[in-house]
Amino acid sequence: MSRQVKAWIVALIALVALPFVHSDPYHLHLLVLILIWSFAYTSWSIMGRFGLVSLGHGGFLGIGAYVTALLWNDLGISPWLGIPLSMATAGVLALIVAYPCFRFRITGHYFVLVTLALSGIVLQVITATRDYTGGSLGYTPRRAGSSSIVALQFDDKVIWYLIALAVWLAGIVIWHWIDRSMIRHAMEAISEDEDAAAAAGVNVTAEKLKITLISALMTALAGALYCQYQMFISPDTVSGIAVSLQMVFAAIVGGVYVALGPTVGAIITILLAEVLRIGFGTKAVGWDNLVYGVLLVLFIIFLPKGILGSVIDWTKSPPKPPRGHEQETVPVARR
Amino acid sequence: MQSFLDIFDIYFLEAVINGILLGGVLALLALGLNLIFGVIDVTWICYAELVMIGMYGMYYLVQYFGLPYWAAAPLVILLVALLGAALHFLVIAPLLTAPPINQLLATGGVLFILQSFATVAFGIDFKNLGIRLPVLSLGDMNFSYARLLSFAAALLGMIGVYLFLTRTFTGTAIRAIAQDRQIMPLMGVDPKRLYLITSAIGGGLAGLAACLLVLQYDVHPFVGLSFGPITFLICVLGGLGNFIGGFIAAFVFAEIISLGGLFSDLEWGYVLAFGFFIVMMFIRPAGLLARRS
Repeated sequence: MSRQVKAWIVALIALVALPFVHSDPYHLHLLVLILIWSFAYTSWSIMGRFGLVSLGHGGFLGIGAYVTALLWNDLGISPWLGIPLSMATAGVLALIVAYPCFRFRITGHYFVLVTLALSGIVLQVITATRDYTGGSLGYTPRRAGSSSIVALQFDDKVIWYLIALAVWLAGIVIWHWIDRSMIRHAMEAISEDEDAAAAAGVNVTAEKLKITLISALMTALAGALYCQYQMFISPDTVSGIAVSLQMVFAAIVGGVYVALGPTVGAIITILLAEVLRIGFGTKAVGWDNLVYGVLLVLFIIFLPKGILGSVIDWTKSPPKPPRGHEQETVPVARR
Repeated sequence: MQSFLDIFDIYFLEAVINGILLGGVLALLALGLNLIFGVIDVTWICYAELVMIGMYGMYYLVQYFGLPYWAAAPLVILLVALLGAALHFLVIAPLLTAPPINQLLATGGVLFILQSFATVAFGIDFKNLGIRLPVLSLGDMNFSYARLLSFAAALLGMIGVYLFLTRTFTGTAIRAIAQDRQIMPLMGVDPKRLYLITSAIGGGLAGLAACLLVLQYDVHPFVGLSFGPITFLICVLGGLGNFIGGFIAAFVFAEIISLGGLFSDLEWGYVLAFGFFIVMMFIRPAGLLARRS
């Protein structure tokens, strides 16, 4: 264990030192994107690893991005206050939708499709309120001169890299914290059999709500950060079903059951897109998603634990018996 | 004031009727999804993308190969039916014993594949079939023949599937396997064959919908996203696998979208419909027609 902690510390020092040694803006840009999206995928996997497959996270991401930007542009509220407000908005929305879902035992396909409706609503609302949000043309937070701490706008990519690194690290820490807390045991019991878990004294609704709330808050933060960094958002890049599927896909390819799985997923997907973009230029439009899609299908059929999860399984011998909810037969309650 | 009310009433009636006409095509799509869900227990997230491929098929057959519409339509239905069977054979069959969520996500991957395939192969510009059907004027109301034709064809398609399911041996076997997956193989029915046939029928229905939708909408790689989500919501609202529930829910949804679009932008119609769906999920989680347990 202490060896693992040492490895983490060394890796972190290396990551913090990286921009001061190698400060190529393009590489830093890629790293910032990877870190922000890793954080978003990690927040999805916090729910997803327990069988709570949500396609509504595109909605939370969109709320995080748009609420922060709208508050700054229209009311002049600094993102330092706007980001917590946008996270609160996403959290409230998550509770409004999730509470009845869990209360009435909406699981499996039904849960996926209800959350799909949620991200559909957010996308349509952003498009419909085009007088404020610019609709499908996208939206740009107002520039506050060059670099401004109040506006959370920095020209220096190194600062963004360090911010993204800190947030990403916080995401991993939260993942570990949940992994070691009672929530994990409760959620694993729930994902295997809700009734049995309830009979064993697990408050099914409360545990699921906790995990959903944490996941939604983190996703909104990721959306807000993405908006502050890119300084341009459009409904299609931060909300809707395609973004939700993209999150699910990257998390699954990397591996949902290990802490760094979503990060590996983000590295693979973003590098793949960049390599194809550089290699083929505008001819590459669509090719990256084509490769994604094929990979996603192949992964679900052959490597349901994702790349990192499978690699860890191979290197560890003898293989640990899989935990119940990772086995082939997850009974999904249906009516 | 009086004249304003008159106009309002006519627009209102027009919106109601247009809602019914839209509901026909949505019901057709919902039937295909419900059939697949009821029999194979799988949700094809990429269902609307099959429709999109079918729409491209129509476009190229009519525009490039100069086939008349009525000759191209059966070819497209056949093509999408084959696509549905291939989807089952390549993606769903290896995952039949996997958790249902994995099957759903795998078809999500197929959604990516089909969308980006269309982007790569056909480009992202909007393509139009170039067939303009006349508009039927009824008093002050206008209805396009494209919508009337779609409605009629969708109804015929649904009746055809109903007859197939109730009057043929294969159809009866499909209904039986939807009721009990374990027992039917013991009765000498090969479930693999039935699953393939069902997938092909589901694909065929998507193909029929494609032939009808291409008359009303331009086709582009992301056209599936504009009616795909609504189709899933219809199926869930009606109760997954419940044909009659899906049929009713299709018209409820179509009316909400049509009337919502009358009072405000079309997007608000969709927002209303999605919101209505979420509220209904809490009131009747197992679908409109389900008995409460």
